[in-house]
Amino acid sequence: MTELTIIDAIRTALGRALHDDPDVILFGEDIGIDGGVFRATDGLVQRFGAARVRDTPLSETVIAGMAVGAAAHGLKPVAEIQFMGFIYSTIDQLANHAARLRNRTRGRLTCPMVLRAPFGSGIKAPEHHSESMEAMLAHIPGLRVVVPSSPTRAYGLLLAAIRDPDPVVFLEPKRLYRSMSEPVQDDGVALPLDRAVILREGGDVTLVSWGAMLSETRAAAESLAGEGIDAEVIDLSSLKPIDRDTIRASVGRTGRCVIVHEAPLTAGLGAEIAADLAEHCLTSLVAPVRRVTGFDTVMPYPKLEDHYMPSVERVRRAALDVMEFS
Amino acid sequence: MSEPLRFLDAEGGCARELPDFARDRETLVALYAAMVRTRSFDAKAIALQRTGRLGTYASSLGQEAISVGVASAMQDRDVFLPSFREHGGQLWRGVSMEELFLYWGGDERGNDFAGPTQDFPVCIPVASQFPHAAGVALAMQQKGENAGAVAIGGDGATSKGDFYEALNVVGAWGLPAVFVISNNAWAISVPRSEQTHAKTLADKAIAAGLPGEQVDGNDVIAVREATGRALERCRAGDGGTLIECLSYRLGDHTTADDASRYRDETEVSPHWQEEPLIRLRNHLVAAHDWGKADEEGLLRSSGEAVEAAAENYLATEPDPARAMFDHLYAAIPEDLAALAEEAGDD
Repeated sequence: MTELTIIDAIRTALGRALHDDPDVILFGEDIGIDGGVFRATDGLVQRFGAARVRDTPLSETVIAGMAVGAAAHGLKPVAEIQFMGFIYSTIDQLANHAARLRNRTRGRLTCPMVLRAPFGSGIKAPEHHSESMEAMLAHIPGLRVVVPSSPTRAYGLLLAAIRDPDPVVFLEPKRLYRSMSEPVQDDGVALPLDRAVILREGGDVTLVSWGAMLSETRAAAESLAGEGIDAEVIDLSSLKPIDRDTIRASVGRTGRCVIVHEAPLTAGLGAEIAADLAEHCLTSLVAPVRRVTGFDTVMPYPKLEDHYMPSVERVRRAALDVMEFS
Repeated sequence: MSEPLRFLDAEGGCARELPDFARDRETLVALYAAMVRTRSFDAKAIALQRTGRLGTYASSLGQEAISVGVASAMQDRDVFLPSFREHGGQLWRGVSMEELFLYWGGDERGNDFAGPTQDFPVCIPVASQFPHAAGVALAMQQKGENAGAVAIGGDGATSKGDFYEALNVVGAWGLPAVFVISNNAWAISVPRSEQTHAKTLADKAIAAGLPGEQVDGNDVIAVREATGRALERCRAGDGGTLIECLSYRLGDHTTADDASRYRDETEVSPHWQEEPLIRLRNHLVAAHDWGKADEEGLLRSSGEAVEAAAENYLATEPDPARAMFDHLYAAIPEDLAALAEEAGDD
């Protein structure tokens, strides 16, 4: 097996999908000869040709809208938005069309498309290049929103997203693109889309996170272990739909929960998970559910970026806080 | 600037030599019948809405020639992407009146056409259908389908980025798409003169490097001829076309609108002289022996078809509540299944 980073794994999955299914087509800005600004599509135009790996004109609205039309007419488009900060103009197409075409035609037309976008901060990128606005997308009925957290999961989840018969937004934690590598077999095996994953088992407190923040969350869990606290770490993985059963079951065991996300606090996905636990796990809870999130500020420029992002210490302190309830 | 393409003048006289299809009585009668049926459908839809039996409805009164002309130039394998005022084209393509009533009556099943199964449902968010047409055209190009994607939007739609951006990619990639602008002179309350400083909407094709053509949108022959040529270009691999059809919205924007708030009857009335049915009827009478009995027979059969469709629509039981969950995803996710349970079955 080859050691792959997340960006390698994404490229490998895209190549596998293009190879296996002639209906798969890639388009986006600078994804052809340039291989994408993060090189997610590096070498694919050479392997599969300019008809299947297409540089679009610079128009996010067209990238998303064309994906809807192409998907409804038999292709499986995998479109790229260069940075999540530029995804807003696609929301019209995602919410008004992609997510509802199946429903409004009672299944006559469907929209098997994937919209990929790098998201999150931590690489000292310019303004508008570091946003984590996943909750806006997870609010849209009919859509799926998926976030990988490792090379293995990036490979398997991207294949699953491409094969899924419904529209999937695939958000790539760009801080992790090259920060880790592991052996990944290019065996064409997809992972289940709707499942959260327990990354670390523990009986004292449940830590829920996704994407790049799992690094801080896992580091906090290790630090807590040194203090005699056994934290369970859940990778949410699917932000829509949410695997509520896995979270409820974990909190049923631990009685405590801390949710960690880089996105802003108010109406973030942490609120949804906390509300779900309040509705369904009240009798198991022995402490308030805590959220450790990006502050409710505009994403700062790189100089203040590190102050915005939840730190290992903030996660650790929140876990210690909830441990004080008995 | 050249004059808009026109074969029949407002009185039905021939403004220029007719194309071959327009010398055929059967073809002309079919076009005329489709416009008459559309007008009957519109009238019934408004009557149903006014009596609380249909939702907000957008009439195509006065614009029948655009929709019918465009659709009549299409082949089955082409794909139609209509905005919300293209009932005539949808009916021509094989969508049933009952399905249209269901849609406008608030039932998603109206979009589940038994007819042209690859056609898109009505698009409400203005201009957002144009990027879809580019995507359909991309799929056609990719699969070598030798077909075209035909989208229609209004004059207001040409002010939106979606329209320009989609037109641009059609040009850049040589996609087989036809963008038709149904210029009815009004975008709800904003007249064409305030919509843009462009001399014509067809001129907007220049920026995309595409041919753009103005057509008399009240002349069904001209609309069909221009669309047919544009589709020939699609099939020949010559790329897309923008067609601006000049017409006039004789009615309100929708049943929820009151056009008297922003335009005078004195502005509207001259346009009744230009409307599309009169001129084709005059031409049929003059050139093809269309008689009183033909006209009465057509009106009667159109009325009967509309009444029968309305009866079937009104007799259709609503879907159970469960239906709003059943088609959201291919397979219902677990958390949604729990909500479906809560909503119950009726």
